[in-house]
Amino acid sequence: MSYIQNLIAFFEDSSIADSIRENDTLFPTIESIHVVAICLVVGSILVLDLRLVGFASMNRPVGRLTRAILPVTWGAFAIAASSGFLLFISNATKYLANGYFDAKIILICTAGVNMIVFHAISAKDLPQWEKQKSPPLRARIAGALSILLWIAVVACGRWIGFTMQEL
Amino acid sequence: MLALTGFSKWLAATSLSHTIQTVTWIIPTLQTIHILCVAIVFSSAVLVDLRIFRVFERDEPLREVTRRFLPPIWPVLLILLVTGSLLIIGEPRRSLVNTTFYLKMALLLVAILLTATLQRMVLTSPGVFEDRSRQMAGRALATVSILVWCGILFAGRWIAYTQAG
Repeated sequence: MSYIQNLIAFFEDSSIADSIRENDTLFPTIESIHVVAICLVVGSILVLDLRLVGFASMNRPVGRLTRAILPVTWGAFAIAASSGFLLFISNATKYLANGYFDAKIILICTAGVNMIVFHAISAKDLPQWEKQKSPPLRARIAGALSILLWIAVVACGRWIGFTMQEL
Repeated sequence: MLALTGFSKWLAATSLSHTIQTVTWIIPTLQTIHILCVAIVFSSAVLVDLRIFRVFERDEPLREVTRRFLPPIWPVLLILLVTGSLLIIGEPRRSLVNTTFYLKMALLLVAILLTATLQRMVLTSPGVFEDRSRQMAGRALATVSILVWCGILFAGRWIAYTQAG
């Protein structure tokens, strides 16, 4: 535990974290990039989720849609995660003490597990059903779960802003 | 500006504004719905722009991609109008006497015109932007669209940092 605390202290005391804390425009600028990236992550993954649930893009085979959309999602996720990391280190201790921040991280991990489980297990027989307008129940559940998890991630993100102690 | 300050004061004194101000979960909830809708509109527009650049769903005609992604933008914009209006009613001074808010609205107007034009062009004349001579025009339009939508999101976030004290 103390190793993790040291690591967090190392980032929080770094000169980058200090600039983000002290500079008036740096934090909002990184935050804006974070919002743009998150919007693209959530919006693009929703395209896939709605296909899995059977609501949209029904004429597109699931495999093809996945290959088209995931590079966009991952690219945006890389930007969202790195900008999020910069925002986090600017006040790491206070963010960690915020329940909504912790919940947001856990929810993102849960969304990741949901995706891995779907690709590794539920989508093993993908070629057999990927052209069906309404995929099998396990795929619809994975899609619905993903929608709910990402809505919760965005909600937690917004709630962090209202529950952080004054900086 | 004085008239806007007066209007903001009047708006802030209404009972609806009072409710939004005092019930603590209303503003974050409205903002969450607002951002989720922004995510849908932004991603839809950007995905069509990426298709114009031929980096997304190249195996599908631009017309089909446009038909899937652009028409759903309009009802979602209505939800944005409602949640955005309620947020203004709750905190009128935050936006109505804030230049960043008007910048966001101006950019939004441009984005709406661009998106509507793109949708009409692609859906009425299939194959537009596909031939070499029009390709550049399509890419220019897509670039401006991405930049303007990003500008809207940036301005949206900056409203919180530029409000009058």
